[in-house]
Amino acid sequence: MTPQRRKRLFLVLGIVAGVGIAATLALLAFRQNVTLYFIPSDIAAGKVHDDRAFRLGGMVEKGSVQRTPGSLEVRFAVTDFKHQVPVTYTGVLPDLFREGQGVVVHGRLAGGVFSADEVLAKHDEKYMPPKIAGTAPPAAMQGGG
Amino acid sequence: MLPELGHFALVLALLLSGLQAFFGIAGAAFGRSRWVAATSSAVAGQIIMVATAVGLLVYAFVTYDFSVLYVAQNSNSALPLLYRVAALWGAHEGSLLLWIFLLALWTLAVALGTRSLPQRFKARVLGVLGLLSFGFLLFTLATSDPFRRLMPAAPDGRDLNPLLQDPGLAVHPPVLYTGYVGLAVAFAFACGAMLEGRMDQDWARWTRPWTTAAWAFLTCGITLGSWWSYYTLGWGGYWEWDPVENASFMPWLVATALIHSLAVTEKRGLFKSWTLLLAIIGFSLSLMGTFLVRSGVLVSVHSFAADPTRGRFILAFLGLVIGGALTLYAWRAPLLKSNAGFELTARESFLLFNNILLVVACATVLGGTLAPLIADTLGQTALSVGPPYFRPTFLLAMIPLLALLAVGVHAGWKRGNLDHRTRGILLTLVVALVLGGAVVLGAFGGRHWLAVTGMTLGGWIILSSLLDPIDRLRRSLSLPRAVLGMAVAHIGVGVIVLALTGVESYTTERDIALGANETARVGGYDFTLAGTQPVEGPNYSATRATVLVSRDGALITTLYPELRRFWVQQQERKVAGIYNRRGTDLFIALGDDLGAGRWSMRAQIRPMITWLWLGPILMALGGLLALTDRRYHLARREATAPAAAAGERA
Repeated sequence: MTPQRRKRLFLVLGIVAGVGIAATLALLAFRQNVTLYFIPSDIAAGKVHDDRAFRLGGMVEKGSVQRTPGSLEVRFAVTDFKHQVPVTYTGVLPDLFREGQGVVVHGRLAGGVFSADEVLAKHDEKYMPPKIAGTAPPAAMQGGG
Repeated sequence: MLPELGHFALVLALLLSGLQAFFGIAGAAFGRSRWVAATSSAVAGQIIMVATAVGLLVYAFVTYDFSVLYVAQNSNSALPLLYRVAALWGAHEGSLLLWIFLLALWTLAVALGTRSLPQRFKARVLGVLGLLSFGFLLFTLATSDPFRRLMPAAPDGRDLNPLLQDPGLAVHPPVLYTGYVGLAVAFAFACGAMLEGRMDQDWARWTRPWTTAAWAFLTCGITLGSWWSYYTLGWGGYWEWDPVENASFMPWLVATALIHSLAVTEKRGLFKSWTLLLAIIGFSLSLMGTFLVRSGVLVSVHSFAADPTRGRFILAFLGLVIGGALTLYAWRAPLLKSNAGFELTARESFLLFNNILLVVACATVLGGTLAPLIADTLGQTALSVGPPYFRPTFLLAMIPLLALLAVGVHAGWKRGNLDHRTRGILLTLVVALVLGGAVVLGAFGGRHWLAVTGMTLGGWIILSSLLDPIDRLRRSLSLPRAVLGMAVAHIGVGVIVLALTGVESYTTERDIALGANETARVGGYDFTLAGTQPVEGPNYSATRATVLVSRDGALITTLYPELRRFWVQQQERKVAGIYNRRGTDLFIALGDDLGAGRWSMRAQIRPMITWLWLGPILMALGGLLALTDRRYHLARREATAPAAAAGERA
């Protein structure tokens, strides 16, 4: 083996090892840090097992938004037109949060109530969270605008 | 009548782009010089037609032509002029037209700016660009015609999505798309070289300025998007690792790798096949980004309403482009042998590791972005992959990359003797470590190892990048723009690292409820709500709050955040009040009326955020300096001189 080739071999081995380690660590990070996404029917079906934080998607149930006057706390229900989950959140709601429109919230489920630490809005009012689009009644598909 | 003309112009542009592709590729293949010459005429014709279409659509927006469906859906008689023009790319059809327009502009720039290139090679490049234009024009005409009529015409338009009625819309999409589309030029140069069977150092020198320009635009475009997202509530801040953000970031990572690997190919004739692959992957990722954003297959904060036919078309187009380019690559790969060797400490090795780490980073981002899609296809539980995954994996690739950057800028080609700089490198490291430690422990408090690492790496890169220019100036050597550009761009990287460390470690954010004359303390600043009043805008009614910000009893500024309610869509948009104090943003957004005279508000104190916008500007500026380096112009002048002489004789 010429010194030239040996050097190249080391270089290639080094790269392969480096990429391998990176891939392993990325997979580990993935396993530990992936966030699951559910809709209310998944929760009703008992798919949520532990108390890990997850994302919940659905539509804000019409007439469900309630506030305690003067407080940051807000309660609403997220529905997929089959089941619904009550949600509490303390803080400022995003611009596109409105009754009858799609929403994705991040947080934990405790005693049947979803306690959200983040509420995300969409660019587009016609937007439907995934998995909901198929289950929505035609009227809801028209969007609120 | 005019919208029909616009449609007709697009049809003509489609035909012309088809001719451009045919004349360019077939003319070069069969050696027909008249066909080759006709390619440029097709380019000129195509840009005229596309510009006409764009002009007519803008005209329809400006003159409130609500008989055009796209205008009726995205404009309104009360919409201010700026947004009537920017509404052109406010939704799917128009943003595609913008894409086509920019591609035609880049093509024109290539046709005009490459006079020194061999005619046949140039024709092939233009031919490949013609094929891409053809694909996108066909896509537009088949699935998303912006000139479709609405019969009967709407009495008034449905208005532009209120969230998009922001100055950000005027600048972010055009700049980002210029970058996206610019990668098509690097792709076309790669395909042209493979068709030609000529993948030498000349080819790399021709490609480099174009790639750098596209990269600089991409850098600015992503930064503008990040800035827009930062001050818009509910979009997750300046960077949320959202699929749409990732879609723009992945081509950027690959383009960054590409401009570095092109340097090796130009200087040393190495990494040829790798460089070609990067050029192909870079553009493929920007196409894939379009697919992900437009098809709605991924859950994103920035999602637009989805249309499956469009998704399928782009997917098929993507398959053709990648498949075609890779087939070409497989055919030509045997030609790509290079035998030059280099030492482990040579610049080549550092750039090799730069490329590996950037591509690994891109792969982890790609994996995380596509994972929900794959899990969904396999019928698994739906996943959502967010910052908890992206942050550590990305850092894992970035920390070694940044450390290697601080050392690698000093390595020479081939031999890689670092001895003359060992002292400088170590000295700057020690200084950066001391400064970084002092900043973290002293100025901000807290002692997280990541904060110290970030501050040290950022400072080290900046100091280390300064060594070479300072040394050259001291020895009264010339400072070529390429060298200066490299230093400026790398200083930009250092500034971003410092800014990210500062923003991530020391941001304070809190939602508060305030009544009139109530005060809340956030991050050492006192926010007092002085009152609220109604305000009327051109197409909205708003509540404007007056918020006094003070520190230790001294008034710093008064902010006026607004909550706007747009008349047509009855939708709200919060416009935050922001004051910049020595690089720190004091940020307050007005939320909802909580009843009992109180309002919800979000207050943020973000130190060093200004640097986060400054860093990318430095990077793009560095790219601009590098691409205006003398050698690219010298090469052109040398090549044009004999050609001009020949022209005179004829």
